[in-house]
Amino acid sequence: MQTLVFVEHDNQALKGATLNTVAAAQAIGGDIDLLVAGHSCAAVAEAAAKVVGIRKVLVADAAPYAHHLAENLCALVAELGAQYDNILVPATTTGKNFLPRVAALLDLQPISDVVEVVSPDTFKRPIYAGNAIATVQSLDAKKLLTVRATGFDPIAADGAAAEIETVNVVHDANISSFEGEALAESDRPELTAARVVISGGRGMQNGENFALLEKVADKLGAAMGASRAAVDAGFVPNDMQVGQTGKIVAPELYIAVGISGAIQHLAGMKDSKVIVAINKDEEAPIFQVADYGLVADLFEAIPALEAKL
Amino acid sequence: MKALVAVKRVIDYNVKVRVKPDQSGVDLANVKMAMNPFCEIAVEEAVRLKEKGVVSEIVAVTIGPKAAQEQLRTALALGADRAVLIETDDEVQPLAVAKLLKGVVDEEQPQLVMLGKQSIDGDNNQTGQMLAALSGFSQGTFASEVVVAEDYVKVTREIDGGLQTVKLTLPAVITTDLRLNEPRYTSLPNIMKAKKKPLDTKTPSDFGIDLTPRVKTLKVEPPPERQAGIKVGSVDELVEKLKNEAKVI
Repeated sequence: MQTLVFVEHDNQALKGATLNTVAAAQAIGGDIDLLVAGHSCAAVAEAAAKVVGIRKVLVADAAPYAHHLAENLCALVAELGAQYDNILVPATTTGKNFLPRVAALLDLQPISDVVEVVSPDTFKRPIYAGNAIATVQSLDAKKLLTVRATGFDPIAADGAAAEIETVNVVHDANISSFEGEALAESDRPELTAARVVISGGRGMQNGENFALLEKVADKLGAAMGASRAAVDAGFVPNDMQVGQTGKIVAPELYIAVGISGAIQHLAGMKDSKVIVAINKDEEAPIFQVADYGLVADLFEAIPALEAKL
Repeated sequence: MKALVAVKRVIDYNVKVRVKPDQSGVDLANVKMAMNPFCEIAVEEAVRLKEKGVVSEIVAVTIGPKAAQEQLRTALALGADRAVLIETDDEVQPLAVAKLLKGVVDEEQPQLVMLGKQSIDGDNNQTGQMLAALSGFSQGTFASEVVVAEDYVKVTREIDGGLQTVKLTLPAVITTDLRLNEPRYTSLPNIMKAKKKPLDTKTPSDFGIDLTPRVKTLKVEPPPERQAGIKVGSVDELVEKLKNEAKVI
C-alpha cells in the first residue's frame, strides 16, 4: 500500500499539521511519500526529507503552485495520485480547498476531518459540529482523507534523510490568480500548534482588555485565542477564533477566560489536555469540561495570575 | 448574469443533537428543520448582488425529500426568483450532490454558483469544490467578501492565517463563510409572494446520476464525555495545581 501526503507549507517552512497527517498515514500503514507543491520551495523539500518514516519526497516547483490555488493544484495531485492507494492532506483551509476538487476529478468520495484510523478503510470523524462521532467505511478504491491534526500526535520532524525527487508536471488552469493576502503578524506561536493557548470571551468586555491576556501569554509562551462571541463583538480579529467554525486546537494547557463555553467553542478546544476556566459565573457550561475552574472576576484573577507566573 | 444558489435542509442549528440509541445515526424524528445557515448566507449574497444590478436572476436548487420545498420557499421569500427541487428520500453523498448540481448547471448556465462552505449536519465541506471541478469552473471557497466585475469575480477568503484574495474567471463557484453577510429575515409579504414563484420538481434519474453511497456509516456515537474537574479557590491554588498536579507550567 502506498500513501501520498500533501505537505502544508508557505514556500519557506513546513507547517506542523503535516507531521500529524504523516502520523495518520502511518496508522494506515504502507509506504509514505510526501508531496511538496509550491514555488521556490526548495527549503521546504529539504525539511520534508528529514521527516521520520517516509520513503521519498516529490517536489513540484512551479509558479502556478505558488499559492496553492485549487484549480492548478488539483490537476497535479490527481495525476500524481493515480499511482497511490491513499492521498492524505491536513484538514487546513488549504487541504479542504483542494482535496475535494481532486476527488471529483478521480470520481472518488473523500472523507473529511478524520480524527482516528480504525483500519485502512475505516475512519472516525466528527459530524454535527462534534456533537456526534461517525465511524465510516470508504467503499472507494482509493481513500482521500483530510486529517484533523488534533486527532494524531505529530511524528518527529527531524531524524531521516529521504530521497528528493523532482516532478516536472506543470498544470495551469489559467482561470484563477492570487491577488494578495493579509496574514496576522505575531511573534507568538501559531494557534493550532501552540503548547499553551489562552483565550478570551465576551467577558473581556472590549479589545483593549485582551492586553491583560497578552501579558500572561508572554510569560507562558502561549498563543492567543478567542471565542466566537468575542470575535463577533469585534474585540479581536476572526483568525483568533477557536471553535467549530474557527480553529480546532488541542494544546497541553488551554486557559478559557470570560468564556461561557458555548457548544461551538467547546467543539474547538475540548481535546486539550488540561483545561482551565476562569469565569465569574459559576453556572457557566465551561466549568463542565474544565479540569480546574476558578470562579472569579477575571479583571482581578488575570493580573494576579500573571504576577504568580 | 444568472446566479444559481444551492441550499440544504438540515437540523435547525438551535436544536441539541441526539444520537440514536442503536448508533445508526442522529435522531431526526420530530426535530425542527431549517435551511443550513451557510446556505442562507449564500442566498443573501446572491440577493444583494441582484439588488446591486449585478445578478439578473437567482435560481435556488436543493436535493432532498419533498419537505425540502420549505427551504426552497424560504430562499424564494429571501429573494430568489425560481426554484428547483431534485426530489429523493435516499442519502445523497457530496460527490453525487455535486454531480446532480452539475446537471443543473448545464441546464441553467449560470455565471455564479453560490453554496454554503459546509452543511452543519455532515460537516463535509466538499460539495462546492467538487461541483467546480466537474464543471471546470474556478472556485472561491470560505468567502468573506465577493466583488463581481464583468468577466471575473474577486473573492476574499478566510484562510488559516488570515485573509487571501483571489481573482476568478467567470463562471465561478463561491462557497460562503460566516462573515460574508448577515442574512435578512423573511417578511410576511415576501413569504406570501414566494408561494406564487415557480418551483420545479425533478428526480435524480432525470440527470442519470448514480446515487449509490461510496461511504458507509458503520455507527454514530456521542463524543467521549469530558469529566468536570475541580474548582479551585484562588489564583495561588490554581498555579500550584498547574505546576505540581497537572505539571503543565
